[in-house]
Amino acid sequence: MSTATKTLIAASAVATAIAGLTTTAAAQANEKCYGVSLAGENDCAAGPGTTCAGTSTVDYQGNAWTLVPAGTCADIELPTMADGTERMGSLEEQDRDLPA
Amino acid sequence: MSVSQTAFTAGLLDATQAAPEGLVNPDGTPATKRYDVYRNNVAVSLSDALEAAFPVVRKLVGEDFFRAMSGVYLRMHPPASPLMMFYGEAMPQFLTRFDPVKHLSYLPDIAKLELAMRQSYHAADADPIDANAIGAVAPTDLMGLRMTFAPSTTMIKSDHPVYGIYLSNTDTSAPKPVTQPECVLVTRPQFDPQIHAISAADATCIESLIAGQPLGVAMTNAGAELDLGALLGLLLQQSTITQLN
Repeated sequence: MSTATKTLIAASAVATAIAGLTTTAAAQANEKCYGVSLAGENDCAAGPGTTCAGTSTVDYQGNAWTLVPAGTCADIELPTMADGTERMGSLEEQDRDLPA
Repeated sequence: MSVSQTAFTAGLLDATQAAPEGLVNPDGTPATKRYDVYRNNVAVSLSDALEAAFPVVRKLVGEDFFRAMSGVYLRMHPPASPLMMFYGEAMPQFLTRFDPVKHLSYLPDIAKLELAMRQSYHAADADPIDANAIGAVAPTDLMGLRMTFAPSTTMIKSDHPVYGIYLSNTDTSAPKPVTQPECVLVTRPQFDPQIHAISAADATCIESLIAGQPLGVAMTNAGAELDLGALLGLLLQQSTITQLN
């Protein structure tokens, strides 16, 4: 593609882009409101984390690895891997070793 | 009470370690239980921070699994900074290496997207250019035009349908993800990050522009698939361009 052609494309793209813009002036009149951040977005995690939730189980690792991912991942179809193995979320237990 | 800070922190993330020596109850006995409560709170608060940071990863693997995985993560990657809003930066790499989720190849990119949105949320404000400023550039100067982007603007390129997976797990009316590589542009026109599915050509173009290359080079890199008009429209409308050079 020649520079002249690209310049033409760019110039018309700029025109298209500007013409397609809707005004955002009204939205920009908003102002900042402090103290309404999403939960967990504060920088001290001073909510539930400061309670004694679950103090009876000190070790979170415990025997947790009898678990396998059990959310919605099994619904997502993915392409098969190079060796033809189906690549899908699995609810079957996997062989694994974990650091203590 | 005389206990060194080093001894106190050493056992915080290792439940097999006894309470540090010198840490005692009012009656002089070792404060084993109190220390256990304290270190449990450390683990709980870090797990909570991870839950807040990765809601979609959490939904994908399930709450119990995520909680247990958080316990492993926080011991491998304890916070390097007191800013909890950025805690979890190593999650994508962690997920690629963590055996129980190794078969979920898309998971690290979902974590990347959630991190990008978080980063965008906390990025510094920047005033966008007036859209007409780019219209005022002489056509002959367009090929050499460089743009500066707002710090809240980021992009994720993935081999997986990250946009579709993210959307279908945050919006019940969203369609099921389709198996395809997807690129996502993260912007923050106002106060909340927004995500946009963009083509691979768009992504390459933006990547080049963010890297400081002129528009002409970015167009060449992107190739014929690029719809520059639509892309510029999106970039302007999302207040991502802060300077023309």
